[in-house]
Amino acid sequence: MIGVVLALLIVPLVAGLTCFALAAQVAAAVTVVSGLASFALVLAVVPTAAHHDLNYLSYLRADAVSTIFLLATGFLYGAVAVYAVGYLKGHHDRRFYAGLNLFAWAMLAAPLMSSLALLWIAVEVTTIISALLVAIEDTAAAAEAAWKYVLIASAGLGLALLGTVFAYYASAQVLGEHYNLAIQPLIQAGAQLPHTPVRLAFLLALLGYGTKVGLFPVHTWLPDAHSEAPTPVSALLSGSLLAVSFYAILRFYQLTAASLGSGFPRDALLAFGVGSLLLAALYVFGQRDVKRLLAYSSVEHMGILAIGVSFGAPVALAGVMLHVLAHAAAKGNAFMGAGVLVVKFGSKRISALRRASDIQGGLDLLPWSGPLFLLAVFALSAMPPSGIFRSEFQIVYGGLGSGNYAAAAALIVLVTVAFFGLTASATRMLFTPAPLRARPTLSRGEPSAWMVVPVIAGVAVLFILGLHPPGELTGLISRAVAQLGATR
Amino acid sequence: MDPVAMGAVQAPGVYQGVADVIAAVMLLIEFGMLRQALARDQVRLYMAQSALISVLAIVIAADRNLPDLYALAALSAALKVVAVPLVLRRLLGRPRGNSAPDEEEPGGVAGSQTLSPASAVLAGIVLAAIGFFCFGAMKIHGMAGGPGGKNTAPATALSIAGAMVLVAFGLMIVRRDVASQAIGFFSLENAISLAALVVASGLPLILETAFLFDLLVAVVVFGMLIRAHHTKAESLSTADLTRLRG
Repeated sequence: MIGVVLALLIVPLVAGLTCFALAAQVAAAVTVVSGLASFALVLAVVPTAAHHDLNYLSYLRADAVSTIFLLATGFLYGAVAVYAVGYLKGHHDRRFYAGLNLFAWAMLAAPLMSSLALLWIAVEVTTIISALLVAIEDTAAAAEAAWKYVLIASAGLGLALLGTVFAYYASAQVLGEHYNLAIQPLIQAGAQLPHTPVRLAFLLALLGYGTKVGLFPVHTWLPDAHSEAPTPVSALLSGSLLAVSFYAILRFYQLTAASLGSGFPRDALLAFGVGSLLLAALYVFGQRDVKRLLAYSSVEHMGILAIGVSFGAPVALAGVMLHVLAHAAAKGNAFMGAGVLVVKFGSKRISALRRASDIQGGLDLLPWSGPLFLLAVFALSAMPPSGIFRSEFQIVYGGLGSGNYAAAAALIVLVTVAFFGLTASATRMLFTPAPLRARPTLSRGEPSAWMVVPVIAGVAVLFILGLHPPGELTGLISRAVAQLGATR
Repeated sequence: MDPVAMGAVQAPGVYQGVADVIAAVMLLIEFGMLRQALARDQVRLYMAQSALISVLAIVIAADRNLPDLYALAALSAALKVVAVPLVLRRLLGRPRGNSAPDEEEPGGVAGSQTLSPASAVLAGIVLAAIGFFCFGAMKIHGMAGGPGGKNTAPATALSIAGAMVLVAFGLMIVRRDVASQAIGFFSLENAISLAALVVASGLPLILETAFLFDLLVAVVVFGMLIRAHHTKAESLSTADLTRLRG
């Protein structure tokens, strides 16, 4: 099994590096193979990780929590690799494919790192590669977004590093100076750790990694980067990168809960979560850019994750784990669907994406992508039977069951507000006719089948997660909940 | 009874004194960056600050007998005193098509302050005070070196590092040019290195080393974006980075 984990680290890395030397079309093929192979490798890890943890050379570790995040990234990497071929049709760029593979590699590596130090390094690598990918289209807006992203995220990760330093300081008091910041021994020694440095480490890590998660008030880079990046990168940023950064926070949560009890980290997460949800619920109204709209929806969903963890109840934690997977599929779908609309209509502005005539709009002109985009938006808004409905239901149920009535009520109200904002924009886009003079003359048809197939796969995943999650996955989630909750 | 427990003031040892002085000078340099009008002078100050970090690493390596830290000091000096400033100067040296009045000299960033230099320094002092007292109040007394190990790292230097972190953030906030913002970030990294050296000198070398190389890569990324910004906006100012909002 350890060979599978190693392959997971090697395949995307080799694919990324070789893409630099290949012809652009060959690089596209290599990317597709690497993406699908990586997803298959992650699937192969699931049955083992559902029963026991995998350790290798004291640097690599895959437990149930990390495997959940690997699954989210692995699926989205496979989907986006296929999608990118259609997105770049006629303009294949080997730098883009190289960057995409390396970006996915760094995101797959982060949850596999056994120590807080290596985890920080992996997350930092994701920032550097993704900043270059955001800027790759070489427009003034992309340069602006990339600048804000790299500056704000790097400063945030600086704080996360300071948090890691304090975690080391606390742990070295108990485990000695030669201790290498491995996560597991740190959690086991939790009760003996000095409280003040642990508290400081958690707050710095929450604020620092929270910058990359997009938690309010350190989310400001997120809408810009998500809207200006090429669509395949936006999908990975939103569905996968935010979750990987949240994974880092979860590791600090485990450590802090083991040391101080879970009250303090849960309160801090609740404050950040409610702030993010409130901001996003208000900002999805009146958005004029479809990708910014989806970006704010990501802030909303990261807020939901933070609130879910703050409830602490096992059912809420199970909801959080499921939400990571369902959000990756739904947000990937929404971005990929929006990408098709953008390619078709040649604009990101919602007003420009309206129906092209009284009878022809996105729904008619794009026989597959139009309805699929609508499905993705409904899934993001937690309409049953999507996986997000199930996960949010579990989170709210856990909140009510654990006596967090006010927070659960706030969650329901704000999610409903966001639902109205998101669906209002989507229906305005797909059902309102554009003014006569603004109507483009477009023919019916999809830009590329490569851009439809991964979205259909995403819908299938959402339905499976919502209706009947496979037994192996349920086992994995239960084990992850035990790992997160065992420290409470 | 232990004199410290009785409340008596303990005279700092040579190591503590040196560490405190180096930390204080680094903070002063941070203030220098805050008021400096030319980007290349900011780079010079950054070099001085980075050199001090290397000196501190050598002092700690000698005092605590940590040979790893000598290597780190050498690597840090090579990257932060030589390589990074070289790259930065190369990037900032030729402001192509700069027509802003404050940019008569290459790399001039004087007009980029959102506050006057005096107000910026005052704000910096307030930030430094907050950082200093907050970190001081936490009473983190340095590395114990394992159970029963000697307590060598001074808390004062950590408080100063806390002050530096906030002043570096202040620098990034009050300046509207990409060069000052980038240097603000690099000096933030110096502040974190200072904190790491004084409270966690045994920090795994892999983290420190990766951090340094990461810095070099970050310089290249920053550099590419500074270039892109230059070409697109024809100035170093970020005042026109307002397309994306809402």
